[in-house]
Amino acid sequence: MDILVCIKRVPDISGRITLDDSATDIDDRSLGHTMSAHEECAVELAIQTAADTSGSVTVLTLGPAEAVEQLRAAVAVGAKDGILIETDDLSAFGPEDIASIIGDIVRDRAEQGQTFDLVLLGNDAADTGDFQVGIRLAYDLDYPVLTGISTLHAVEGAGAGDAGAGGPGSGGPGVEARGIGPSGTEIFSLELPAVIAVQEGGVDPRYPSITGRMKAKKARITEYDAPEPGTGNPRIGLELPPETTSSVTILGEGPDAAPALVDILEEIGVIRS
Amino acid sequence: MTLVFVETDEGGQVQLTSAEAVTFARTNADVLAGLVGSPPEQPPGRSATSGQVAQRPQGSSDEGVTVEAAVIGQLTDAATEQLARLGVETIHHLEHPELEAYSAAAWAQALVDIAPETGTVMASGTPRGMELMAHVAVRTGQRMAANVIAADADGLLRQVLGGSAFERLALGGDLQVLTIAGHACSPEDTTATTPEVIEYELEIAVEDLRTAVVRTEVETTDAADASGLTQARAVVGAGRGVGSENGFGEVLELVNHLGGALGVSRVVTGLGWRPHSEQVGQTGSRISPDVYIACGISGAIQHMAGIEGAKTLIAINTDEESTMVQRADYAIIGDLHEVVGAVNEEIRTRHG
Ligand SMILES: Cc1cc2nc3c(=O)[nH]c(=O)nc-3n(C[C@H](O)[C@H](O)[C@H](O)COP(=O)(O)OP(=O)(O)OC[C@H]3O[C@@H](n4cnc5c(N)ncnc54)[C@H](O)[C@@H]3O)c2cc1C
Repeated sequence: MDILVCIKRVPDISGRITLDDSATDIDDRSLGHTMSAHEECAVELAIQTAADTSGSVTVLTLGPAEAVEQLRAAVAVGAKDGILIETDDLSAFGPEDIASIIGDIVRDRAEQGQTFDLVLLGNDAADTGDFQVGIRLAYDLDYPVLTGISTLHAVEGAGAGDAGAGGPGSGGPGVEARGIGPSGTEIFSLELPAVIAVQEGGVDPRYPSITGRMKAKKARITEYDAPEPGTGNPRIGLELPPETTSSVTILGEGPDAAPALVDILEEIGVIRS
Repeated sequence: MTLVFVETDEGGQVQLTSAEAVTFARTNADVLAGLVGSPPEQPPGRSATSGQVAQRPQGSSDEGVTVEAAVIGQLTDAATEQLARLGVETIHHLEHPELEAYSAAAWAQALVDIAPETGTVMASGTPRGMELMAHVAVRTGQRMAANVIAADADGLLRQVLGGSAFERLALGGDLQVLTIAGHACSPEDTTATTPEVIEYELEIAVEDLRTAVVRTEVETTDAADASGLTQARAVVGAGRGVGSENGFGEVLELVNHLGGALGVSRVVTGLGWRPHSEQVGQTGSRISPDVYIACGISGAIQHMAGIEGAKTLIAINTDEESTMVQRADYAIIGDLHEVVGAVNEEIRTRHG
């Protein structure tokens, strides 16, 4: 199974952030960057699934030239190659644009004889949190789509069974995917090709090996220039939450402060007696 | 009209987050209506906005725009009454054998059929809400805004960067599609109406069932834990400070005394000490307990994003300078094992 994983380079935020002069983006000059959290798990799931089916994993990103670091990080843990769609102004692109650019790449590759059976993305990016690129991509490609998936594996005879068209197991090769729903773990069975948006929590992303790191340095990264954004970003600007001043009451130090805390819990009325 | 997708729990009650979304729809009805069809294009980067977030508008405009609810699956009398108190005027109810197993595409199409041509469709920012609104947006050719916290004449404000910034945006278009961030507002009852319940009939396209849930495994503890966590009145949080997989004894005893739930940081799930279903934060659950007791958690922005709804915040931490202590209402400085152990003992003494 050949799998495309779409990843995003995002700022690594731990404390308070600052905005750039135009107040339309954060000032990330002093921040480190990383692969968005859900996508690390998407890469891991892709590597496992590809290994089980003698397939391969390609990673793709739309971003600045530096995003090649995140592509190489994915190659270091087992992806075969990478695709960089380069832009120095990622914030000019809205979710519609990103989905259609990825869709074009998938079609383009298919014409060149490389079809992806499965396209994985993160459920939502750690920075923009749009929760829609995967779904838009699926409609663009006319593939079925799942979101919030935490584990998956390849199966024969996939399909939604009774609920679907041709009864259980009517389909060909597919995937069984699991995600946490409101009343339990939900299991989906999907024929390929398909788009799946991954939620962290089902797998532990592996660390790169020495040979992996070596391979990553030499891996083939195909570069494209990003087209002009079509729909564009609906963003008008960014704003920061007001700075809060601490109003903490320190009840005390160590175990001696326990009675004061129990008083508060009694007052709130949450102690079962 | 504003259509709100309403989720109910196993017992047929309206989910807290859905009640919040209905309240948001009602208190912001006029503002939302005013934004519909507004010019979408405002080139990014050129408009000057202040660096501080504006006061959250607490609209009180109850008249004019109707708030309607869509419920898929069972609609209990209790839910109808709850929605009435929240000011819902019409409930669109869909019960269909093909919709029993959740399939995002089919459910979304049902919402598209009910949605107005001009107006707003929204849901709470739950996994289902996010997924359905994205499908609805594509199917109606609209944009979508996730995790909205406020609306005013200048547009919508939504959480980005795990809550460390807000994005102001204008969706434009005739139908605004959005989700409301969990706990961005509190449910508010209004003068109860008697909502009209409209039973919906619909044709479901076979291809919209390609992604139906094949089966649900309830015996796994995950979902039970997660819903216990989001509903609990008291949550005890545990972070790296717990020290090891075997260090949860005291915090679990406290959870038990409070009849509450355990919530953990991502470090704890990342180390495999506890399951991901217990994670609180940007990539875990968003909680709104009466009290959250954070033990050995530093207060990273991604964790804070999940606990904004907590009414009282208590920190137990060795580091007085940590964000969690600084953001808390009350704090005890010290080793969490000693402190929580002493708290448990005190509760046992007082309450036997
Ligand atoms: C995209 C993204 C998403 C994320 N999503 C989440 C999320 O959903 N939820 C989440 O929690 N994090 C999330 N994180 C991770 C987050 O940034 C922090 O790394 C994490 O919350 C830190 O966990 P912690 O507070 O347990 O650990 P630390 O930051 O290491 O803090 C440990 C704390 O314990 C205290 N301590 C140590 N020993 C003791 C003791 N004996 N007694 C009392 N106190 C003690 C220390 O003073 C310190 O304050 C995310 C990060 C990213 C990049």
